[in-house]
Amino acid sequence: MREQPTDETASLRTENDGQPPYLYPDYVATQLRAPEKPLIILPRTLSDTTGPAYGRDPVGELDNDLTRQHAGEPLGERIIVTGRVLDGDGRPVRNSLIEVWQANAAGRYTHELDQHPAPLDPNFSGAGRCLTDNEGRYLFVTVKPGAYPWKNHHNAWRPAHIHLSLFGNAFRSRLITQMYFPGDPLFEQDPIFQSVRDEKARQRMIATFDLETTEPQWALGYKFDIVLEGRDAIPMDNHR
Amino acid sequence: MTPERRPQPTPSQTVGPFFHDALLDEDRSGLVSPDHPEALRIEGTVYDGAGEPVTDAMVEIWQANQAGRYNDPKDAREDLPLDPEMISGFGRSGTDAGGRFSFVTVKPGPVPGPDEGVQAPHIMVSVFARGLLKRVVTRIYFPDEEVANASDPVLSSIEDVDLRRTLVAHSEGDALRFDIYLQSENQTAFFEL
Repeated sequence: MREQPTDETASLRTENDGQPPYLYPDYVATQLRAPEKPLIILPRTLSDTTGPAYGRDPVGELDNDLTRQHAGEPLGERIIVTGRVLDGDGRPVRNSLIEVWQANAAGRYTHELDQHPAPLDPNFSGAGRCLTDNEGRYLFVTVKPGAYPWKNHHNAWRPAHIHLSLFGNAFRSRLITQMYFPGDPLFEQDPIFQSVRDEKARQRMIATFDLETTEPQWALGYKFDIVLEGRDAIPMDNHR
Repeated sequence: MTPERRPQPTPSQTVGPFFHDALLDEDRSGLVSPDHPEALRIEGTVYDGAGEPVTDAMVEIWQANQAGRYNDPKDAREDLPLDPEMISGFGRSGTDAGGRFSFVTVKPGPVPGPDEGVQAPHIMVSVFARGLLKRVVTRIYFPDEEVANASDPVLSSIEDVDLRRTLVAHSEGDALRFDIYLQSENQTAFFEL
């Protein structure tokens, strides 16, 4: 049962919060990495209601275009991914760093440990970053990543996804997640996607195709809004 | 706004094994120059439940400066100086083939706690890794702060003394050691935010 929130803070700490558990045995790597001891409730203080505004180095103008990092254009289906980053009150998270990384259109990462026998693309590195604007909006141009195999279980394939890393306004709001594409037939057997047990919460990880974002004769558009935990608040004294 | 109308948070997902080019392309493990007169090296190893080093983790830290001020406009205590030597208070280190991470920083000052109290000097820590569907959050406290640690509200809230002890770093030569045990008997204390 969801705890009935008695105040704003309590509502953030309901048991079924739409987040995955640490231990999800179907995702084998959680078995030796998930903490087992009860978590300690951390009261809100400046230590976690503050946070880095963004990385040390300024974000370059083309850092959000993964199709223009090399001499030529990458192969694959060109896409535009855009959306808003909001806090727990629905307010825009402004001037906040988003870092992204992904496999190429063939489902291969440039990472040295990726052994999938699919071709690397000399024109695609698969890493980018941008800052949200005053409305919390962000935009990336990239190619649609391919699905790829991994060794979690027999014939395991990850659905196509883009990794996103966000800082938000505070240490509390730090989030690393994955954005998936609508209608992927691999959702059913993917334990990372399925680790989020709440169906509605899983839907919040899936982008929607958006004709308005789609640019004629150029690229398909996807919308993906991201909601971070917490809000831009001063420390409160109500904790437990 | 009623809780029902609040947008629901986007679920966390694992950082996976392939984040290095995007997240560790530049070295952000130095919060101050190693030449800083009070530069402090903090190092540690991340271990899994089998006692094996976690070689594909990413450790991030966030801390106040020596005066106890966070470099964020939300810390509006303008009587405390910002430190031009410490640009951000944020650091990030991958773990290497031995599961080791390290930072060069300065020891933060005490910072405000809940109920108008004071917290002992500490550093906020997040660990991300393949197999962690969401980050784990812990804190580094300092071994030379016995008095402040004894009255720290967060440390004091941990009843299990052995678990509490996992949050205090150890001196090791000129450096501080803070190992992180994700699982098992000697697991590090982790927080729910």
